[in-house]
Amino acid sequence: MRRESRGTLVIDVERCKGCELCIPACPPKVLSMSTISNHHGYLYPELSPGCTGCTACQQVCPDYVFEVYRYQTPVMAVVDTEAA
Amino acid sequence: MSIVQTTRPPAVPSTKVANFKPTLLQTEEHHLCPGCGEPVAIRLVLEVILELGLAQNNVCVIGHGCYGSFVMTLDVDCTLCLHGRAPAVSTGVKRMRPDVAVWTLQGDGDMTSEGLAEILHATARGENITCIMLNNGVFGDTGGQMTASSVIGQRTKNTLEGRDAAYHGYPIVICDMVASMQGSAYVARGSVHNAAAIAQTKRLIRKGFQRQLEKKGLSLVEILTMCPTGWFVPAAGGADYMMESLGKTYPLGEIKDVAAAA
Ligand SMILES: Cc1ncc(C[n+]2csc(CCOP(=O)(O)OP(=O)(O)O)c2C)c(N)n1
Ligand code: SF4
Ligand code: SF4
Ligand code: SF4
Ligand SMILES: [Mg+2]
Repeated sequence: MRRESRGTLVIDVERCKGCELCIPACPPKVLSMSTISNHHGYLYPELSPGCTGCTACQQVCPDYVFEVYRYQTPVMAVVDTEAA
Repeated sequence: MSIVQTTRPPAVPSTKVANFKPTLLQTEEHHLCPGCGEPVAIRLVLEVILELGLAQNNVCVIGHGCYGSFVMTLDVDCTLCLHGRAPAVSTGVKRMRPDVAVWTLQGDGDMTSEGLAEILHATARGENITCIMLNNGVFGDTGGQMTASSVIGQRTKNTLEGRDAAYHGYPIVICDMVASMQGSAYVARGSVHNAAAIAQTKRLIRKGFQRQLEKKGLSLVEILTMCPTGWFVPAAGGADYMMESLGKTYPLGEIKDVAAAA
């Protein structure tokens, strides 16, 4: 299936401390934790298509890991149904 | 599963709507623990200061606690003072420089255990300062011991079976004490446990600074902040744990606003 993203992120994964507060904070639930760790040994969030650019993740993150962008025109991406 | 590339800004036309760090911090780096609520609260205060046009016209007086390490990276004028004495030091700064916005950054241990006299006397004098208290119910910096603000039943380093009212006494609810005094202008309690509470807390902080600018008296904004390390809970569980423990004794909202009462 195809999913629309109205926003996107830059995630500075090397500064993430793996607290996972951003995961439940994301309303469309498009953040999930990585399976490999950063150089500090922490798992970090990864973004799937469907971000709205709402900034909730950036607001709850204690480590200032997110930068948030809103697209001028929404971007469509193909996602497999299992992940969606 | 498809993962979006997030290592650099998007290549297609877009607007940046949120930065990594607040403008008034010199770096994103800090050594506070995973899941700590304090950096979130500090970001809110710095955003309010910038939005009120006070970046070049404020002094932060910092107490002793984990937040104190931000004295190295805050891009505003600031000074450290003795444990608990921030409202007294702020009194001196404000009286010499009445047109500068003066604010304290304190913890619950700093304000309610070490410095109870200072906050109460500053309030009694009706000093035009804004006091920010980060309440995690522990002396976080020294390893998570009980403070005067720890709630009944709370496990801390020295109350391993939970705070017992019969033995340790009852928590000091500083907001209620300050609100009951004539010298206070604005008293409110916020929290950083989720995005909605964070947005609301920013409004409370803004009002706290506005009452100072209006010369109405002392404002106190208490902010519940997670301390997973001091509470012996996983970082991811800190927000829920906080609202089930501290949140029950310390309800969120405005407690006093002289502007509203007028
Ligand atoms: C007079 C004095 N007593 C004790 C200390 C040790 N001390 C440093 S930070 C701290 C705890 C601060 O707790 P709090 O204000 O709640 O801040 P938190 O670390 O929880 O954010 C203590 C007891 C000190 N620096 N000075
Ligand atoms: S900006 Fe909003 S929608 Fe996008 S990842 Fe962050 S919380 Fe989720
Ligand atoms: S909230 Fe920030 S530090 Fe915590 S896991 Fe998410 S990105 Fe990492
Ligand atoms: S001990 Fe608690 S307050 Fe201090 S940095 Fe760690 S989580 Fe934050
Ligand atoms: Mg504390």
